[in-house]
Amino acid sequence: MKIPFIYVARNLWARRLTTALTAGGLALVVFVFATVLMLDAGLKRTLVTTGEHDNVVVIRKGSETEIQSGITRDQAGVIETHPAVAIGRDGKPLASKETVVLISLLRRGDSRPSNVVIRGTSTTGLALRPQVQVRAGRMFRPGTSEIVVGSSIAARFDSAALGSRMSFAQREWTVVGIFDAGGSGFDSEVWGNVDQLMQAFRRNSYSSLVLRLARSDLFERFRSDIDTDPRLTNESKREQIFYSDQSKALSAFINVLGLTLSIIFSIGAMIGAMITMYASVANRVGEIGTLRALGFKRRAVLGAFLTEALLLGLVGGVAGLVLASFMQHASFSTINFQTFADLSFRFVLTPEVAMKSMLFALVMGLLGGFLPAIRAARLNIVDALRAV
Amino acid sequence: MFVLKLIVRNSMRHRLRTLLTIVGLLIAVVAFGLLQTVVDAWYAGAQAASSTRLVTRNAISLVFPLPLSYEARIRSVEGVTTVARANWFGGIYQDPKKFFAQFAISPNYLDLYPEFVLPDAQRQAWLRDRKGCLVGRQLANDYGFKVGDVLPLRGTIFPGTWEFVIRGIFDGSDETKITRQMMFHWDYLNETVRKSSKTRADQVGIYIVGVKTPESAPSVARAIDATFRNSLAETLTETEQAFQLGFVAMSNEIIAAIRLVSYVVIVIIMAVMANTMAMSARERVAEYATLKTLGFRPGFIALIVFGESAAICALGGGLAIAAMPQVAAGFKHLAGTYFPVFEVSGLTLALQAACASIVAIAAAIVPAWRASRVRIVEGLRAIG
Repeated sequence: MKIPFIYVARNLWARRLTTALTAGGLALVVFVFATVLMLDAGLKRTLVTTGEHDNVVVIRKGSETEIQSGITRDQAGVIETHPAVAIGRDGKPLASKETVVLISLLRRGDSRPSNVVIRGTSTTGLALRPQVQVRAGRMFRPGTSEIVVGSSIAARFDSAALGSRMSFAQREWTVVGIFDAGGSGFDSEVWGNVDQLMQAFRRNSYSSLVLRLARSDLFERFRSDIDTDPRLTNESKREQIFYSDQSKALSAFINVLGLTLSIIFSIGAMIGAMITMYASVANRVGEIGTLRALGFKRRAVLGAFLTEALLLGLVGGVAGLVLASFMQHASFSTINFQTFADLSFRFVLTPEVAMKSMLFALVMGLLGGFLPAIRAARLNIVDALRAV
Repeated sequence: MFVLKLIVRNSMRHRLRTLLTIVGLLIAVVAFGLLQTVVDAWYAGAQAASSTRLVTRNAISLVFPLPLSYEARIRSVEGVTTVARANWFGGIYQDPKKFFAQFAISPNYLDLYPEFVLPDAQRQAWLRDRKGCLVGRQLANDYGFKVGDVLPLRGTIFPGTWEFVIRGIFDGSDETKITRQMMFHWDYLNETVRKSSKTRADQVGIYIVGVKTPESAPSVARAIDATFRNSLAETLTETEQAFQLGFVAMSNEIIAAIRLVSYVVIVIIMAVMANTMAMSARERVAEYATLKTLGFRPGFIALIVFGESAAICALGGGLAIAAMPQVAAGFKHLAGTYFPVFEVSGLTLALQAACASIVAIAAAIVPAWRASRVRIVEGLRAIG
């Protein structure tokens, strides 16, 4: 025989202030926990959507990122003629030779410059990235000092407004367009024409080569051919894997810091729940005695108090998640430790994050309510009935 | 005296609840202190930077090097005492996760950094060995490096596998100096690079410039940048501190988030504490009414409630502050790779005390006000 659920819920309702304070503490912990997970999910989503599954990035062996890499012109020529590379409508291979460097730009309302990725690309490079769409203005024309900027760059840097001029590498560059890359990492980049940028930066080698595979299953063959070719000192990765690898250091940092914090905070909130539940037991000794005298088993009393604690956790969890869901409108930008470049990403609330947060809230409630519930179940009937 | 006795007795009536509240406070105040210290640790590199050193780098960004020919021209600028070269090497030791800074440096680099203490014999040994390198004490402790060990690095910017022989281990002049880096000969790097690619040789990552007096730093910096204006590689010269702060600023949203979260933990514990005080006050309505009947003023009753809150917070906060050094040492042991310098500052301790006080006051306001406003008749009727 179980104690009715309504009895449990009414108990929480009877001490509204205490319930609200306790649930509030739990909610704040859940909020911190959820935002950390959302941040990590946002980072991963940004960097995973940056890559296309059938695109391959080729960089110099051993260099972790495009910034550190270098590919000579003759190496690039060898790689793009590999039979696994898809051929475009114009009969040329779908491969884009790109140069990637960092420039310092001043962030809006910030006196310190940030490192921004500037990518020299080509019409083929644009074709290889279907998610990139011009949102305002137009695409840069090949052979000119024109550049286009990603949407999060346009939002955060004054010098990146449409029509404004940036000066670097002894030249003036005009911003002719703003592109949107669907929340991927390209939104944090500035794009220009590869030959113009190489000239300006006085570089005579590319940074990376991006190409489309003719068939998805040709990747392994392509990779081993590049690895074993004695003329080449390059390595290739699927574009998606290449970009998600770049999230590892930052993701590990966010997780270690965030989860450590959540665990420390949760102890505080659990103590709050424990105090509340002990008080709840102490206030109802007479009631518990009555319930036992009516024939409810110890297990039923234990169950009722555990349910109460879980309910407390549930209220806290829901409130915390509601708070966290407001964070979805915020974006977060920081330096990516692996590329030294500024990266902007959003807080993303995935079902998985919501599940984990709710579970976390319920576990906190359960742990907080466990000892008080045991105490309630072990009360002696006669003594309990005597208490007023 | 009587009031104190009443307060202490009152807070000891519910031993378990008081104990739990104190533990909660202890954890929250310690967490707050740790987070503040993490933020401080972030700035450690900038704090340790000297104002008599300037850093000259390529104006486009750090990715671009400067020609070796600039060295002599910088040296001829009025007010400059020493010019040292440094290149970021960015190699990987075993695994990308085992990150530490590696610099290729000119021999006079060490003259600019008196805070790195290196035995003279080891310095001479390093100067004699082209493949020799120096590692900092913190780094040596992390990976168990000893003088004479071979340190292999996989180059990312400079391809290939590089092997260095550890010829010396330097210490920081005090606790606040970061010694989690490795240095080797710039000449060795340059010769090796020249073999594979002529165009990449004779390029310097940054020049560290020593100036006579800190006051002359801004004018010297301007003079250096003026020398190379409109050249192929324009320079940007700033004090070392500004240079380091630039790195910190790039992650300033993370810092802002940590700061925000450190206040969230205080709000959480405030809710817990307010709950405890509200319960205590609710249980004792009859007593407050009795006290009033005996002629005690409302102010006295409020004082008792505030006093109890203050006693609990003082105990929790006091224990937390006392435990801080041990906690910080433990945390440093766990996360030393992220934060080589992890010192709890006096300001942090003061903030912790302030937080405990704020919690004490905030948690007691409503219960104290209610207790002092108790109507005698109603209060005597109440059953706690």
